Amino acid sequence: MKFLRLAALVLAFGGLALPAFAQAPVKVGSKKFTEGVITGELATQLIRAAGVPAVHKREMGGTRVLWSALVRGDIDVYPEYTGTISQEILAGRDLPDAAAMRAALAESGIRMSAPLGFNNTYALGMKETRAQQVGVRTISDLAGHPRLSFGFSNEFLDREDGWPGLRAHYGLPQTRVRGLDHDLAYRGLESGTIDVTDLYSTDAEIAYYDLRVLADDRHYFPDYQAVWLYREDLEEDRPEAVVALKRLEGRVDESAMVRMNARAKLERVPEAKVAADFLQRQLDQASTAEHIGPWRRFWRHTREHLVLVAISLGAAILAGIPLGILASRRPRLGQFILAGAGIIQTIPSLALLVFMIPLLGIGGPPAIVALFLYSLLPIIRNTYTGLHDIPRPTLESAEALGLEPGSRMRLVELPLAASTILAGIKISAVINVGTATLGALIGAGGYGQPILTGIRLDDLGLILQGAVPAALLALLVQGGFELLELAVVPRGLRLKGEK
Amino acid sequence: MLELESVAKTYAGLQALRPTDLAVPTGRTTVLIGPSGCGKSTLLRLMIGLIRADTGRVVFDGRELGPENLRQARLRMGYVIQDGGLFPHLTARGNVELMARHLGWNKARRARRLEEMVELTQLWPEVLDRYPAQLSGGQQQRVSLMRALMLDPAILLLDEPLGALDPVIRYEMQEELREIFRRLDKTVIMVTHDMGEAGFFGDVIVIMKDGAILQKGSLQELVDRPADPFIGTFIQAQRHPFDTLSERSRP
Repeated sequence: MKFLRLAALVLAFGGLALPAFAQAPVKVGSKKFTEGVITGELATQLIRAAGVPAVHKREMGGTRVLWSALVRGDIDVYPEYTGTISQEILAGRDLPDAAAMRAALAESGIRMSAPLGFNNTYALGMKETRAQQVGVRTISDLAGHPRLSFGFSNEFLDREDGWPGLRAHYGLPQTRVRGLDHDLAYRGLESGTIDVTDLYSTDAEIAYYDLRVLADDRHYFPDYQAVWLYREDLEEDRPEAVVALKRLEGRVDESAMVRMNARAKLERVPEAKVAADFLQRQLDQASTAEHIGPWRRFWRHTREHLVLVAISLGAAILAGIPLGILASRRPRLGQFILAGAGIIQTIPSLALLVFMIPLLGIGGPPAIVALFLYSLLPIIRNTYTGLHDIPRPTLESAEALGLEPGSRMRLVELPLAASTILAGIKISAVINVGTATLGALIGAGGYGQPILTGIRLDDLGLILQGAVPAALLALLVQGGFELLELAVVPRGLRLKGEK
Repeated sequence: MLELESVAKTYAGLQALRPTDLAVPTGRTTVLIGPSGCGKSTLLRLMIGLIRADTGRVVFDGRELGPENLRQARLRMGYVIQDGGLFPHLTARGNVELMARHLGWNKARRARRLEEMVELTQLWPEVLDRYPAQLSGGQQQRVSLMRALMLDPAILLLDEPLGALDPVIRYEMQEELREIFRRLDKTVIMVTHDMGEAGFFGDVIVIMKDGAILQKGSLQELVDRPADPFIGTFIQAQRHPFDTLSERSRP
């Protein structure tokens, strides 16, 4: 893991250079599923109750994203599961007990709390009616039904302790296996497009959808005890925060967690409120939940989205126009530039965002860089085309007048290419506004945040709260550029055909 | 003032111009004429440095044209092409004043010079605020000529300046243009393919064919003592409508 070493290095220098940030709030991270968000909220509120400022970076992504964010210091603490630590984070290490696990984590400067109490292990589930119909009670029973269709969350499908290991352990023959978002899997079960999906044993949906949890009769799934993972320096700099976190050790059992999940997911109670109510009941703690009204939330998402778009698009304009000019001046180099920008464009936007994580961590900066790269091609290509399409006699007239190359570019060529260049910028801007919604997947916020949460909670209203403003913003940007065109494109060029 | 010494140009293996010598007489109008592809435009473009000769040299004002003095030389040359080559994003005034502005002439100086240009070319002043797309072909060529003359160049080069105009307008513009040349008293080099136009403008006519100069002289000399049978053919190859009428009226 080269980048872990690199990250450690960056961290070491960061630590030396930034002692002034000692009073910055404790940053709590959480994974992209309801229980992760609730436990993240529990951590945040516990720390705040101890008088230490804390912020919750919600729904940052999956295990890898959270773990590298923790090691890099982008976050100070996040809830994790022991099974994930042994099978995923420290895969391949011999970890006979919790002490061995602690020692291995310490190598990365990370500490682990005692279990919070609930075991959220993987399980397989089917609709009760369907399970009765085919007579399946245990995972072993699935071996006799090769035609059943499986739909698993992408993470479960890929990770070693997920589907690949399970299939080998039980000798399962199914070939109809596909990956889909965990929250969509329940709807797949309901509609009958899939028969079996992976569940978590504390999922709220088990009761709601009337699911049968198949018994793990050959004990494949390891323990997934919830624990806090936090940075060593958190304990050193803010010991009271760690003490606060540890108040929850052994205090949350499975039924409590299922109830909290159900309140958040089925009753649509905000996670912060769910966590606050639990802490009040369990620890008699006054609520420290940060209440954010819908308008404030909307403005925050708008601000985040605009920052993502403005910085990445601005940089793409500043880099793309000179690159386009260069491409038009040096045809051979130009082919390389255009091909390079073209290749970037073929990378799926989601993949490009994820590529940025090892380089830049999570949050705004990696999303901005990815959006910047994504916005380049239309600007470069249109600058190139706009300059390339200027009639030769016009160029020669400018040359024959005695204008130097730089002045020719400024006084004649760029004004003549302006409308084509602007069209390229407009395309980039509209792509950028749409793609920026994916930034939420790596913790950059924006209108993607309500969309993401909406998918997780299966809440169409919430999805629309992100999707509609994103679409409106795209239209607004487009309209803005059309106005700009009136200002930037010389009047003489809009008169074509008039006499 | 302008001399070509054994300049030659080859495009992609095709010899556009064989080694050619030409001394352009100062203060007079020289017309380059010949059939398509004879090398007349190539010769003109070599003079203003839009293309570089493979061999030979172009001498302007006693100095060989090269990358280091080309720009300075161009400020003393005016260039007009068939479609005017006006910049569509600038008004007529913007086109004419572009270089003067760029060289830092103040407003009063520019206005003074522009007034002289308007008087010379007889352009309606209100046309100055229109864009090229709003101008007629004749107006475009007038504006293009003004642009070429704005810096008061020593030499004026025109590549088929009237080639894109309707016959009647072309006829009128020929009259006007000759009057302008007469008043300017500058060295003028004009490319055309029309023998009538060449005879009308040219103090000296240079007939070219297949990338070489066949003969150089006044219209009278060319008619009286053609150096090559092609010259006689070329001069007479202009069809006049009255010839056709008289042909038809024959019994």
